[in-house]
Amino acid sequence: MDAAGSGSGGGSSPPAGSGGRDGGGSPAGLPTGAPAGPPIVSPDRAIAYSAAAHAARDSYGRLVAVLAANTGDLALAEDALADAFTTALERWPASGIPDNPEGWLITVARNRQRDVWKSAAARASAPLDLATTDFAEPFDAFDAVDPLRIPDRRLELCFTCAHPAIDEAARTPLMLQAVLGFDAAHIAAAYAVPTATMAQRLTRAKRRIARARIPFVVPDRRDLPERLPAVLEAVYGCAAITWRDDADSLAGEARHLAVTLAGLLEREPEAWALAALVTLSLAPPRSGPYVPLEEQSPASWDAPLIDEGEAYLRRAAALRGGAAPGRFELEAAIQAVHLDRRRTGTVDWAALRTLYSALLAVAPSLGARVAAAAVIGRTDGPAAGLAALPAGGEGFQPWWATRADLLRRAGDEVDSDAAYAHAIELARDPDVRAFLAERRSELR
Amino acid sequence: MRYTLLLHYSEESPESLGEEALAEGMRRMAAFAATLHDAGVLLSAEVLQPSETTTTLRRDADRLQVQDGPFVDAKVQLGGTIVIDVPDLDAALEWASQAPALDWGGVVEVRPGAVHTVDGSWVPNR
Repeated sequence: MDAAGSGSGGGSSPPAGSGGRDGGGSPAGLPTGAPAGPPIVSPDRAIAYSAAAHAARDSYGRLVAVLAANTGDLALAEDALADAFTTALERWPASGIPDNPEGWLITVARNRQRDVWKSAAARASAPLDLATTDFAEPFDAFDAVDPLRIPDRRLELCFTCAHPAIDEAARTPLMLQAVLGFDAAHIAAAYAVPTATMAQRLTRAKRRIARARIPFVVPDRRDLPERLPAVLEAVYGCAAITWRDDADSLAGEARHLAVTLAGLLEREPEAWALAALVTLSLAPPRSGPYVPLEEQSPASWDAPLIDEGEAYLRRAAALRGGAAPGRFELEAAIQAVHLDRRRTGTVDWAALRTLYSALLAVAPSLGARVAAAAVIGRTDGPAAGLAALPAGGEGFQPWWATRADLLRRAGDEVDSDAAYAHAIELARDPDVRAFLAERRSELR
Repeated sequence: MRYTLLLHYSEESPESLGEEALAEGMRRMAAFAATLHDAGVLLSAEVLQPSETTTTLRRDADRLQVQDGPFVDAKVQLGGTIVIDVPDLDAALEWASQAPALDWGGVVEVRPGAVHTVDGSWVPNR
């Protein structure tokens, strides 16, 4: 969202409150359960691999959700699915790819779960070792499975990952792993923490789900308003940490999650608005030198993605009826106004100003306030923009980039130069740094 | 699945509380217990005497140390426990959210059980 507003500044930034702007750069990760690379050149093997990888990418979250929902044990579900993928790679080259690969995988994974559960039950009936008690017993674990009719329980899984009893810092990583299949190393890189730290955080969260028996359910209508924001926030986090990736990679997966969530919830305006925001944010190009949104050529934007995002946004507005727009709808609308330049040829700064004041009323994050100041600088002049810059933003790169730009527009080249120096120092993205350095060099 | 609700609140005496507030508190605790019982989820409940009545034991170098007062000296003390049996954490949280202690500035911890005794033998919580 400040990506949308701070076109004048240095912000190709992820949404405020995200895990980190330098999350990009990691290669598209295969789901945890899938093998790391095509191991053998044999064509059969390659086809089997590609079928397994396709099933992995496409339905990883769906399979994990089903396996975990029935046992309450997310870690076991992931392990069992990983085993099933391994078995598939061993068997499919010889036996051929089954007609229903997902059904095959889930049956094998369930057998694995059953084995583990049986041995846990055997341990539990032996004299009790109090130090190692861990009785996450599956309830209705092995109900009859019809592999052709795998229910979609990803929505339940999302609510479990973002349950209030889960550490807030673990919710988005958990969703990235359980629903989208990213491995701990990728997630750790995106959050700039050591892999071991992230792996431990994820393990702890999964153990908590099993031991405290956090249910795999969508809250009823009464509790939904209270619980939904955390889910949307976590999905937003999934999009945010992939902000600099292109639509074909991790960012595409995050978009897929947002759109899936909206579709599963059907009538939640803010879920559709989030789908719109994530979709619209993917429309501008993400590789190559950094160019502020307002200076990009609309020809470089992905028109079908914009059309799709706009459709989601209209849907959000229609579902909301007469109620006030929520935070995600406002952020999506801000992005849509910028992208509307493809039709009108100009940026409607007045509309942006209105949207930002509404956004600041519902979600006054530092990023939004800085972006709003940049917009005020356009509608009311650089002095008004400078006055609108929030106090206490001195550790925030977009604050300095916006200040530098506003000072430049005000003709104060000396102070602008100093502000650019701060912004460059704080910028972690090399492309953004290069852009700021160029702007700075134009001052003299 | 068994969960223990650990009720923590700052300790009041009948004098500091006043007779009326004390009666109201007891009435609400009675109603809470009756609600849990009527729902068929209550296994046991106990409200403890003030922590000044507690006696703490520890063994240091094979010598039993007996000390008056609680293990942790804090303004907020464990004041009672309620054990319930419900399907999952959400159900436990729903019941816990009705605990009167929450209206007295107290804190309720909801902790899943690991094992408990049946006829003197440990059995797992499930």
